[in-house]
This record gives sequence, structure tokens and C-alpha cells, in this order.
Amino acid sequence: MDAVEIDDARSVKVQRDDGPMYASRVRVYPKAVSGQFRRLKWAALIVLLSVYYVLPWLRWDRGPDAPDQAVLADMVHGRFYFFWIEIWPQQVYYLTGLLLLATLGVFLASSIAGRAWCGYACPQTVWTDLFLWVERQIEGDRGARIRRDKAPYRPGNLVRKFAKHAAWLVVAAVTGGVWIAYFVDARVAVPAIVEGRASTTVYFFFALFTATTYLLAGWAREQVCTYMCPWPRFQSAMLDEDSFVVTYKAWRGEPRGRHVKDASWEGRGDCIACNQCVAVCPTGIDIRDGLQLQCIGCGLCVDACNAVMAKIGRPPELIGYATERNAQASRAAGGAAPARTRLFRPRTVLYVMLMVAIGGAMLWSLAFRAALDINVLHERNPLFVALSDGSVRNGYTVKILNMTHDRRVYTLAVRSPAGAEIRVVGHEGAEGRSAVLAAEPDSVATFRVYLTLPRAALTGESLPAIFALTDGARGETALRQTVFRGPAK
Amino acid sequence: MAGDLDRDALTGKPTTGHEWDGIRELNNPLPKWWLYVLYATILWAAVYVVLFPAIPWFSGHSRGVLGWSMRGEFAERWAEGRAKQSEFQARIVAASIEEIRADPRLLNYALAGGRAAFADNCAPCHAPGGAGRKGGFPVLADDDWLWGGTLEAIEQTIRHGVRGSGAESRQSVMPAFGADGTLTEAQIADVAAHVLTLSGGAADDSANRGKAIFAEQCTACHGADGKGVAELGGPNLADRIWLYGGAKHEIAAQIAKPRIGVMPAWQGRLDPAAIKMLAVYVHALGGGK
Repeated sequence: MDAVEIDDARSVKVQRDDGPMYASRVRVYPKAVSGQFRRLKWAALIVLLSVYYVLPWLRWDRGPDAPDQAVLADMVHGRFYFFWIEIWPQQVYYLTGLLLLATLGVFLASSIAGRAWCGYACPQTVWTDLFLWVERQIEGDRGARIRRDKAPYRPGNLVRKFAKHAAWLVVAAVTGGVWIAYFVDARVAVPAIVEGRASTTVYFFFALFTATTYLLAGWAREQVCTYMCPWPRFQSAMLDEDSFVVTYKAWRGEPRGRHVKDASWEGRGDCIACNQCVAVCPTGIDIRDGLQLQCIGCGLCVDACNAVMAKIGRPPELIGYATERNAQASRAAGGAAPARTRLFRPRTVLYVMLMVAIGGAMLWSLAFRAALDINVLHERNPLFVALSDGSVRNGYTVKILNMTHDRRVYTLAVRSPAGAEIRVVGHEGAEGRSAVLAAEPDSVATFRVYLTLPRAALTGESLPAIFALTDGARGETALRQTVFRGPAK
Repeated sequence: MAGDLDRDALTGKPTTGHEWDGIRELNNPLPKWWLYVLYATILWAAVYVVLFPAIPWFSGHSRGVLGWSMRGEFAERWAEGRAKQSEFQARIVAASIEEIRADPRLLNYALAGGRAAFADNCAPCHAPGGAGRKGGFPVLADDDWLWGGTLEAIEQTIRHGVRGSGAESRQSVMPAFGADGTLTEAQIADVAAHVLTLSGGAADDSANRGKAIFAEQCTACHGADGKGVAELGGPNLADRIWLYGGAKHEIAAQIAKPRIGVMPAWQGRLDPAAIKMLAVYVHALGGGK
């Protein structure tokens, strides 16, 4: 059996002076750890950061009139591009749908595996993990950092601190720069930022996101999760007795105490009070106090404890992901009770059904959405004009939204009121029941249109007016209903 | 200080000492950095008050050492907009009305400028959009024009007005056939009946009697067929548009003692560019010839 390192780590809760109204910050020095959950966290970090840093550089050909960046929120021209999908501002409901899906996804993950989002995928966790890694490379692990911070001033320590903050700022600047690349073409924005040619606005946002990354991931860290994030406040509502949460199995671990090599395990628990679970915790809690607000469910204490259990020859999972129901059963049995996993519960099924419904609706609408839309504004000043032959004329502003990347020719026809003649200003030849109009690629074409109705056909003060716009090449038709007004009889 | 605070019996946590109905508030201390953020915002406010206009006096307010003001920024933007306009303004002055109509950018500018000038100067009588008002303020969006609906005719009317004192002002006067005793009340009724037949009304004896009087008294200005003479300002009586109402008694009243409108001359009151833009705008309201 290998020697187990005993740490004198104490949780933030114990160290903090709970007396005054304002608490000093207790610095957390998370210790490096290895194990399956740490590997999972590294994998999540590598995948997520790769997506973030690489995505703006991917290209997607959309023809000569549109940007070729695969993912781009073009704020200036009001377009959002995602590979083959192009979203116009009035279709921002897709964003609403995505936010709903994200919310339900986090609900689902929480009800199954506790705060898995917080522990593995939240940007705050991912970037903090990255910054902690940088810190360890420069300043060493927990023990070395604590010693140096306590030691009197030495130039070497100062150099290390300086190097760490410089490295953090570099990471933060890259993060901030890539953020800009999601809004301005990466191949334009990034060189411009580096060479000092970018606009003040770009530099402002670059500085803003660099500063927030540096402050939140370098300085604030667990303070964000503990004090700023609303999620921990309602985690109790998101969890139930079948959610897997990081659990210290007290019925197995207690009574805890230091263990002398080869001594008997009779009458005592498996916890040898080595405090490794506290030393590795990124939020500075003692999981042996039970589930608490600060726990982000990352499972690093599970890795730490399992390594210790292996060394002292006891079974693993003294700390592990467990449900409250299983924990209670084991507690009642005075030992391990058979574990039950209930993934299909009313709430998880409901979350999945809602996600499928919303996601399905979004996909359906994306697949079948028109590349064509028409807006018609009825002229209000004047509402109508009586002409010299007694007929009545109404004016309309017709906007044709051509969402394709080619110039398109459309037929604008009037389906109601019966007998109305259409005239488009600037297309004086086009009189009758329909007119042929063109719209440039990826743009809105605006036309002034008059409908004239003989007095005899005016059957009421207000008639429905229906415009039909047909794209001849694609056979697609967009309809829009408005009103045709005439004088009171 | 910790010793000064009560501890909650159940949890062992310190309380704030505040008690309501037997319930005591647990002390969950706020992190100090949060408090410092509050101080930082207070400091920010103090700096802001020094730099920017902030404190109201009885008359006016503090100016701030930066000298910035919202009005000043607005004036700057206004001047920027004016500078951008001046190029177009100069081109509008130089171009003929036809040239303006031929250039889409100039036309766009003229329509926007015309709309603004119309709202400021013309809408009180002609209503927004040229919808006209009852009681003799003509609709400008229809296809009936008292003084002609071509661009030139419209510009001429705007420039010199109607029945003004200027030499080039549009002039026309309709005699008061009833008030000065030219026609009797019965004759006026007959003429009114005839006028109604011009736009499709059925002819009766009265209208037939009126036809002869019309031929004698009215055709000089309104034309033999009643379709009006735009050069003389004689309105078309054969259409369905009536400036003072199309009921028989309204027509009779107009014959007996006509109401006659006036329009000011805008030359000299508006700059030449504005008049051109107005002509283009009014022409585009829907009835331009």
C-alpha cells in the first residue's frame, strides 16, 4: 500500500469568518487530480474550446453576394449565417427556439445528473479550468502556490506572478479576439485587430471580452458560481431523489479518522480524513458536508477519493455520483443497497418531449420556410382617393423580401377585391390584374402600388384586399391580406 | 465581532439579530468584493457628475468639465446631415424637373424633401398625403386638376399661387349669378339640374331648360361639354369630383354665390429647390399627368 498524502485542507465554509456582515474572500487553491472525471473534463474542455476558437475560421460558399464564413452574425447587414442556414432579422424566433432548447436541455441534464452543465460545459467552468492549468504550469500545484503566497516577498515569486498574468491576458485576448470574429469576418477582423486597423467599436468589444475573460476566469472563478450565478439558487427545484449528484456515502465513511497502516478496519469508516476531496475542489467545499449550493458537480473529489481508496485497499466510490433514493436505501440497510437507476421519470420524459416538439417545429419550419415573403402597407393618408370617373383608388407600399442569392422575377397579382385593377408606380405598362416585378438578390424591393376599383364594385366601406406574389421559376407563392377602403355610402 | 451575534439554535449559524414575529434572519455575509463593486459604482457616479452635465440649478444645470451635451451632439449630427444634403440640394437647384425625375437617387431625395416641405407648408389646407379637406381644399392625389396636372403646371401653381396679387398668379373668377341678379332662383335650379346630367345624371324638364342657360352663360369657362378649361381655371363639371359638394343644392349655391379659394404664392417663401421637390412630390401623389 502506497503512502497517502494527508492534506490539512479546510473548506471555505470552515475558514470563513461568518461573523461580520461582509465576508473576506477565502482563497481556493485547487489541487491537480487525475481520474476518469478529470479525463472527461479535459475532453469536454478540448472539444468546447476547439469549437469556440476554430468555428469562425470555417468557410461556406454562398456565392459572390454573401460572406463565406460558415458561422457569422452579420450585425451590419442584419443576417445570421450558420452553414447552409441564413436567418433574417424577422426570423429571430429561431434564436428564441434555441434558447428554449438550451434551457430545457439544462433542465434535463440537471434532473438526470445534477449540475453536469456547471461541472463540465459552462463557459465559466471551462475557461476557469484552462486558467487553472496555465497557473499550475507557471506557479506549480496547490502546495507550492500556498507556500509562495505565504512566503515573504521574493523577486522570483514576483516574476512567476507576472508571467502568469501575462499568459492569462494572452489567453483572454485570444478569446476576446475570436468573439469579434463571430460578428465580423474572421479573416478581416483578426488581422485588423492585430495590426491596429480595427474600428473603435471593435476595440471596445475586444477589450470588454478580454477583460471579462481575464477577470472572471482568472480572478473571480468560484465566486461567479457561488455569488453571481442564479442557477445554484434554484438547483433544489431542478433535482429530485432520482438525480445523480456527487454524494459522500457517510454510512460507509463514518466514523472517519486517520488510519495506521495494517490496522484493523473494524468499528470505523473508510474515510481516513486525508482531506484530498477538499484540496481538489474548485469551489472550496467539503463534499462530506452533503449536497450544497456551491457544488458544481464536477466529480473531481470522486477522482481524488478513488485514488486514495485504491492506495489503502478499500473499495472505490466512497464519494461518487449517487441518487438520493439509493443513498437513503443504503443508509437504511447500513451498507450498500442495490442501486436503482430511473432515467424515465415524468419530468425527464416531459423535458424530452418538449425538446423534441420545439426542435421538430424548428426543423420543420427551417426545411419548409419560404425564400420569399411579401409585406403590404395600406396607405393611410389618404385612406382612399375618389377619381373623376367615380372609381376609388387605394395606395399600398409593397415590399418583396427576396431571401435567395439570385435576382428573381415575380408576378404580383390582386386576388381581392374582384374587379380591382393594379398599377405599379414606375412600371406604368403593368395594368390589369397583375404586374411583373423584379427583386435583387438577398434584398428587399419596395414598390408603390395602386388598386383601382369601379364604384359599382365597391360593395362596402372596407373590403379585404389580397395580394399574391408568385416566383415563376420556383412556383412559390406568398399571400398577404390587407384592406381596401372606400367612402361611406 | 462574531461573539456579538446570536446563533440560531437549529443550524448553529449566526443571525443578523433582526427579528420579526419570532423569526430571526440568518447572517449570510455578502462577499467584500461585492461591497467594493458598490463603492466603485459610487466613485463612477462621482466622476460622472464632474465630467458630464448632471446637477440641475434653478436656471440651467452644471455643464461638466468635458463640455459635452446632448443638444451639442445633436447639433453636430444635424450639421453632418446638412452637409450631406447640401450636395443633393445643389444638384436639385441645377437640374430641371425632368432631369430630377430621370435620376433615381435625385428623385428619391426630391420625394423625401418634398414630403417634408409638404407637411410643413401644404398639409394645413391640402391634408397629409394631399387628401384634401372639405370646403374647397382640393385633393391633390386624384386625377382631377383645376390648373393642370403636369409637372410644369403644378410647379407654376406652387410658385405663383391662385388668385394672388402677383402678375403670374393663377386668376379666375366665377360670377355670382344669383347675387348679382343675372339668373333667377328657378333658372339656377335648372342649371344645377343640367350640370348633374353632365356626370351621368338623368335629364328632366328642368335640366333641359337649364341646358340652354348653361350654353349661354357657362361654356366660356367650363367648355361646351362642361369638361372644363384648365388654362382658365374652369373646373371640369363632367366628372364625379366636386370641390364644394355634388348635391343639387350645393351646386345651386355655388352658381348663386360662389365660394372661391385662394392659394399663396410660394416663390420667395420657399427656396427654389423646395419648390421643385414639392412639384415632384405632388405629381407623385397619384394623379400626376
